[in-house]
Amino acid sequence: MDTMRDRFGPVVTRLLDEDPRVAVVLAEIGADAFTDAARRHPDRVVNVGIREQLLVGAGAGLALTGMRPVVHTFASFLVERPFEQLKLDLGHQDAGAVLVSAAASFDWPAGGFTHMAPGDVALLDTLDGWTVHVPGHPDEAETLLRHAVAAGDDKVYVRLSAQSNAAGRPVDGQRFRTLREGRSGVVLAVGPVLDEVLEATSGLDVTVLYATTVRPFDTAALERATRAAGTDVVLVEPYLAGTSTAVVNDALSHVPHRVLGLGVGRRELRRYGRLEEHVAAHGLDAGSLRRRIGAFLGPGR
Amino acid sequence: MTTTEERGRTYGYADLPALMSLMTGDEKHGPAATSTLDVLWVLYDRVLRVAPGRPDDPGRDRFLLSKGHGPMAYYAVLAAKGFVPEEWLPGFGSFDSPLGHHPDRTLVPGVEIGSGSLGHGLPIAVGSALGLRAQGYDDAKVWVLVGDAELDEGSNHEAIAFAGPAGLEGLHTVVVDNASARHARPGGLAARFEAAGWSVVTVDGRDHEALYAAFTAPHPGRPHAVVARVEPKAV
Repeated sequence: MDTMRDRFGPVVTRLLDEDPRVAVVLAEIGADAFTDAARRHPDRVVNVGIREQLLVGAGAGLALTGMRPVVHTFASFLVERPFEQLKLDLGHQDAGAVLVSAAASFDWPAGGFTHMAPGDVALLDTLDGWTVHVPGHPDEAETLLRHAVAAGDDKVYVRLSAQSNAAGRPVDGQRFRTLREGRSGVVLAVGPVLDEVLEATSGLDVTVLYATTVRPFDTAALERATRAAGTDVVLVEPYLAGTSTAVVNDALSHVPHRVLGLGVGRRELRRYGRLEEHVAAHGLDAGSLRRRIGAFLGPGR
Repeated sequence: MTTTEERGRTYGYADLPALMSLMTGDEKHGPAATSTLDVLWVLYDRVLRVAPGRPDDPGRDRFLLSKGHGPMAYYAVLAAKGFVPEEWLPGFGSFDSPLGHHPDRTLVPGVEIGSGSLGHGLPIAVGSALGLRAQGYDDAKVWVLVGDAELDEGSNHEAIAFAGPAGLEGLHTVVVDNASARHARPGGLAARFEAAGWSVVTVDGRDHEALYAAFTAPHPGRPHAVVARVEPKAV
């Protein structure tokens, strides 16, 4: 199967062909995928070199002249390194952009912690007005990339990952999908953790929601789910554990509820290896998830 | 040349100190408050193709005040040129005023970027020049004003090093040099732009004719930097 990153170049190249407002800004990473596009649109495919402050600043400048910049590099160098540029050049200037990251929380475990960004979504949560898409499959990534570019002058973050579910599902860039209905708890799976969550909860009497757009958070879907399934909520996120716990608490502030936030741990593992080994080390494999979810929901539930 | 009238009133360079006094309460202003004043005046009076009546013209020139500290001279020039009503000036910095100690583009007509945190204007100016070029606004020029000490911030050097080799002819930087950078070597400022392939002119930042000549010097195929020297900042 191809990856979300494999889709990024071709999809955005088509958008460059279709829409003269679209421009791509790169900092070396991913530039190979735009060789043809750069030939056709030399003024709208810009590689600034290894300069991530300029990457975001230039994207903002493009937006201020009326263009729709698609800005891309690894998550650690797109959100963490130039964070003030996100806050000021986009937020404070009231400029929009589509930020598309690769490498996610631990897509390249052998690369070590410098190339891991489990905190990207939590960081964006300190800012106002961001839409955050977390596709769980290359097909979903393609759809969400198109939604992101088409979203006027909004600030949109698309988090691509090598982690993927076996099958893509229909996504609309807004709402959660209900995949299973139960009566003893709600489990919300975000993007590429879905397959593990479905396996972990098989046979449990729980509602499983699937989220590929987490900001804004579909609180209406969550509230609906809790009406039949109760207000014990488990979040399973492919980034920092607990990133959406506060959002869930706010959504359910009018009723007694419990929330378990599962995701990537804060502690640096200082391990290399393979992606699957990191999924397991953070307790996000199906077996670990089943134990942790089962313990939270309690025996007999 | 004084061209802009605001409710019948025409302002000239000589009116700027009085306009600044509406903000500062001081009759006279030292070099620190006025370091950018002559550069701003010459740009707005004779160089920039901007007008208060068409602030959203997509093909207008862009002036980005990156060094957002001490913006009284900027607001005074914007008032003199009709972008900002004179009545706004006395409220400078107050809760209900759109005029802060750092400008906000969403609050002040004619202000292209909000600034204050140093080192953001030049990268944004690079993107603006790229955007205008991509849309065929070949006559539109982008100007960004930075301070010499502001160039301590590494983000500027990402922009300088990119813009030269990229041949970004639409990009113009004016460095107001009041010798306030902590660690500097003589000639270092201009040399850094030159090394990156920019056209560079160094002039007296108080001499209007010299500034005008520097601002309008041709620089085919290259971005242009003007180092405008003013009185050293008292440390």
